[in-house]
Amino acid sequence: MTAFYTGTDHFAVLPALLLALFGCAVLLFEFVLPVGMASRRALAALTLAGEGFTAYSLYRQHSYLSSQGWPALTAFQGAVTIDGLALAFNWMFLAAAGLAALISYRYLETEGEHSGEYYGLLLFAQFGMFFLASGTDLIVQFTGLETMALSFYVLVGFLRGRRRSNEAALKYFVLGVLSSGLILYGFSVLYGISGSTKLSAVAGAVAGRGAGDPLIWLAVATLGAGLFFKIAAAPFHMWAPDAYDGGPTPVVAYLSVASKAAAFVLLLRLFLGPLAAAREAWQGLTVMVALASLAVGTIAALSQDNVKRLLAYSSIAHGGYVLLGLVAGNARGLQGIVVYLLTYVFMNTGAFLVLVLLRRGEAEGNHIDDLSGLMRRSPAAAVLMLLFLLSLGGLPPSSGFIAKYYIFLALVESGHYALAAVGAIFAAAGLYYYFRLVKTMFGGRELAGEPLAASMGTRVAMVSTAVVTLGLGLYPEPLLQLALLPVKP
Amino acid sequence: MLHPVGTGHYLVLSLALLLVGILGVLTRRNLVIVLMSVELILNAVNINLIAFSKHTGNLAGQVFAIFVITLAVAEAAVGLGLLIALFRNRETTSADEVNLLRW
Repeated sequence: MTAFYTGTDHFAVLPALLLALFGCAVLLFEFVLPVGMASRRALAALTLAGEGFTAYSLYRQHSYLSSQGWPALTAFQGAVTIDGLALAFNWMFLAAAGLAALISYRYLETEGEHSGEYYGLLLFAQFGMFFLASGTDLIVQFTGLETMALSFYVLVGFLRGRRRSNEAALKYFVLGVLSSGLILYGFSVLYGISGSTKLSAVAGAVAGRGAGDPLIWLAVATLGAGLFFKIAAAPFHMWAPDAYDGGPTPVVAYLSVASKAAAFVLLLRLFLGPLAAAREAWQGLTVMVALASLAVGTIAALSQDNVKRLLAYSSIAHGGYVLLGLVAGNARGLQGIVVYLLTYVFMNTGAFLVLVLLRRGEAEGNHIDDLSGLMRRSPAAAVLMLLFLLSLGGLPPSSGFIAKYYIFLALVESGHYALAAVGAIFAAAGLYYYFRLVKTMFGGRELAGEPLAASMGTRVAMVSTAVVTLGLGLYPEPLLQLALLPVKP
Repeated sequence: MLHPVGTGHYLVLSLALLLVGILGVLTRRNLVIVLMSVELILNAVNINLIAFSKHTGNLAGQVFAIFVITLAVAEAAVGLGLLIALFRNRETTSADEVNLLRW
């Protein structure tokens, strides 16, 4: 019976079904339950329960595949494929969504915009990401991409009464739909050259035409531009600082890690799948975009006084490092990408988490001066922020060091010495702006104001992000094992 | 002497529509016209999909086009919703006056 079930379509998409089910349940319960704090708690708990069930179904897929020696499990005539790549990224999305749900409660109460739609959209966005990671059909991938993106547009603009949130959402929306349109145009060209929406059939057609074909070039140009928009790589990064600045902080934490990882998994599925045969067509473009992201992200972050914008520019630079892993193009590079994005989920969410703590009463908590003297006011928050900044800067013993190490190792092993050197220079320059924050926290004048108070969910999120960030730095073995999954044949 | 309309003609048309759409999104100041330009991009994709579907004799492209139309409606709904939220707070639909966030 079990052997029969694990081979079914239902088993393959069960995590997504659960996410959709719980998302709809949250929306329905909002109407059924009486208005009040207890109900809002119940909705948050329901969301976390949904994440728990999704985690269990992912775990079942994981253990089934590992017991079978990692075959690719296909469903719906090859439209959905559960393999190491899909599982590694789905674990990331699960962690990011779970952490976002944990830190949202207090923040939304402070903003007075607490409603069930928020949690519903959080789950629907993850539903879209599931199909980005595991879809191997252009229609499935496109639907997943749009489900995720539409949820995020609304989430960024969730603080309806705030002009900054409206504005951030609109800017993100306009550039987001432009990039979706470009990706879609690339999809239509890929469909045109192969006469099929299956990635496996597209791969054959692309290999038959080679990299010099004008249609391949058109597909690579539109897909590349659209996907680089989505991962916020320079020169397509303009939306990121605005969306991060104006959006609700828990959403921004989720957006910055999960939507970036989701866009990367689509990029990997396409560029290392059907378009691998046309590597010459996109290799140069990717190198240029990676270097531009490193330069723009690092240089623009130096002069930022708004911590959310600073983290936005730092995330652009981090996108550049991950792209360098794609440039390396070897198995180590793919492993590096997964390691990098996984650690990034925890360290970046952790950094935004401290900003969520600083948002209380009237205090916005986004400006660098709001961190001033944090060490004396709240030593725990300051030490955690230090850990996350160390990790973002790529210093040992944090997991950020392992991530950068793998990217540079991949570059050196594939003979890209110059790129590795440039990356290392930007990593060193990046330390400057992270340490500006550290200096303010530990040296600055202590601010008066309401004391920091963490809710239960925030505490859990703080402890787990910190434990993972430090723990994977000291003992990276589980992380490296997980990152090996996509590489397995 | 008229040539029959072939797949190449449709490709040129869709590429032209794509470029008009991109230019519209990037240069127009009125956000409603920006939303209309986005629709142009999506319809360029639809023309492409249908033309390729006819060319290859494969129906998946027409199914894909229906998906695209559905998603375009969803996008327009979300976009107009965001625009209304902005208009309630700012009384404007001009991209020039949306300037709280910069650098």
